[in-house]
Amino acid sequence: MSDLDPAIVVEGLRKRYKDKPALDGLDLTVRAGTVLGILGPNGAGKTTAVRIMSTLLRPDEGRVEVAGIDVRTRADEVRSRIGLLGQNAAVDEELSGRQNLEMFGRLHHLGARRAGTRADELLAQFGLTDTGSKAIKQYSGGMRRRLDLAASLISRPQVLFLDEPTTGLDPRGRTEVWNAVRSLVGGGTTVLLTTQYLEEADQLADRIAVINHGRVIAEGTADELKSRTGGDRIDVVLHDTAQLDRAASVMPGDVHQDRDRRMVSASISNRMAALTETVQALQAAGIDAEDIAVRRPTLDEVFMQLTKEEAA
Amino acid sequence: MTATHSVTTVEANPADGAGSKLGWAAADSWTMTRRELAHWARQPVQVVVGLVFPVMMLLMFGYLIGGGKGIEGDFKSYLLPGMLTMTMAFGLEATMLSVTQDLGKGVIDRFRSMPMNSGAVLVGRSIADMLQSVVGLTVMIGVGYAIGWRWSNGFASFMGAVGLLLLLRFAMLWIGIHLAMVAGKPELVQAVQILVWPVAFLSNAIASPESMPSWLGAVVEWNPMSATATAVRDLFGNPGAVGHSWAATHAEFLALAWPVALVAVFFPLAVKRFRDLSR
Ligand SMILES: Nc1ncnc2c1ncn2[C@@H]1O[C@H](COP(=O)(O)OP(=O)(O)OP(=O)(O)O)[C@@H](O)[C@H]1O
Ligand SMILES: [Mg+2]
Repeated sequence: MSDLDPAIVVEGLRKRYKDKPALDGLDLTVRAGTVLGILGPNGAGKTTAVRIMSTLLRPDEGRVEVAGIDVRTRADEVRSRIGLLGQNAAVDEELSGRQNLEMFGRLHHLGARRAGTRADELLAQFGLTDTGSKAIKQYSGGMRRRLDLAASLISRPQVLFLDEPTTGLDPRGRTEVWNAVRSLVGGGTTVLLTTQYLEEADQLADRIAVINHGRVIAEGTADELKSRTGGDRIDVVLHDTAQLDRAASVMPGDVHQDRDRRMVSASISNRMAALTETVQALQAAGIDAEDIAVRRPTLDEVFMQLTKEEAA
Repeated sequence: MTATHSVTTVEANPADGAGSKLGWAAADSWTMTRRELAHWARQPVQVVVGLVFPVMMLLMFGYLIGGGKGIEGDFKSYLLPGMLTMTMAFGLEATMLSVTQDLGKGVIDRFRSMPMNSGAVLVGRSIADMLQSVVGLTVMIGVGYAIGWRWSNGFASFMGAVGLLLLLRFAMLWIGIHLAMVAGKPELVQAVQILVWPVAFLSNAIASPESMPSWLGAVVEWNPMSATATAVRDLFGNPGAVGHSWAATHAEFLALAWPVALVAVFFPLAVKRFRDLSR
């Protein structure tokens, strides 16, 4: 397979639960060696899509090829090329971390000896060597997630699926997982990850697909999506609601007021310039701010913007 | 977490012939058996409780409840084969419970996303449960011996009896796996745990059908547990309930036929269920 061939192709994927569609004509393409981030709110169909792509669930309709192989007809061949980090932990809680990794290595048909050395390698890589002999049920949530990730890397997969890999992790755990994903991609692995955090998609993904109601509603690089949704924002929180109107009138850009939170916010293009301009404008108008923050649009905002466009 | 990776996909099975497939199926099943053994090693108390419970029942029936109804002669000689049969039959709930718990675990998803043999999870479970039953039988026969039970028909018959008991256990195992997959909810396991009691008492495992109304006696004689218990008593040379119906006089045949028929029905159903899981 050359680098230009897609590692994942999804066409017209449909899946219904009872009479409610979870996937409603999903289309995706992921080029080999790149990272696709799938962004979507609860119930958008992210997990359903990942479970179909990783052979756990049969689609009602549509075509899915992973590493050039049809997941429906040649599931076993797909399974030997993929790694899966599901939304929920997929490890044996009663066994130790090392026992888990060794067992998965054997089931990947590495043979007993290589399964053992691979387990030790991965424990070391994820900083779990010291706790390797403890039962997983005694692990913290972050340790469990790391072990789960280690388990999905046993066979050095060509294609890796990560379903909300960092949900529930602290910032350090999140950075660790991000680093692990980056080093995998550096080695040529193709990664498809789902997330609810724009930040995460931004950090890791070459391209982002935003999905809602089981369909892609926007696709592109992080920059492309952000520019579609008005880019970064500046939030100014005031001491006094009475000053909201005045603040809104002096601030640059497309300004919104939020009375309940005593907040004025504007979409901006250049972070530094916007911050300086805003501070100067407020000072000139004699308005005292409680808090000023420049931030990325939230998933909510990207989302509201995109669904507004979709409806229009 | 700084190590870099090279993407050399580990080529699992270079020779992908039918022979190697069978080899991998065996290897995977053994790996899954080892998983169960590792569970035991980590929960020795649970294992001991599982072994002690039937022994406790044996002692309770043997000493507290005393002579069974309508049994001539030595009650302990009548009781032990019955208790062995009951222990094997109750394996149903143990298997059902562990499969139900297992299916609720995320690790099953990982197994299903790996290139392993899809039946290995179930085969591993059945090997482990059978090993557990062998240990359980050994302990109970040992305790039985200690309280005065004896067999009198030689080694071959002894092994025949043990074989029939394990065959019953094997049938119960696949029923348990199937039930767990059809309706694997903890509430259902509880229901089954209660229901096995009347079924056990509707056999000649503990009481003799002679002492029951005739219609109930007929139900009891056709109960698969009765067939095994009667056949095992014959093989051990222990006193049995004297019945004259076809079922009672063909107990050996039924003790083979019942479990074989049950396995023939439930084994394929269970494997198919597992393959289709969440599809
Ligand atoms: N086993 C199931 N039975 C019935 N409905 C289901 C099942 N799994 C998912 N659904 C429904 O399908 C839709 C998509 O669910 P899915 O889990 O794929 O969403 P998601 O994007 O992963 O959400 P989240 O961010 O909460 O994980 C939801 O409406 C959900 O209720
Ligand atoms: Mg999900």
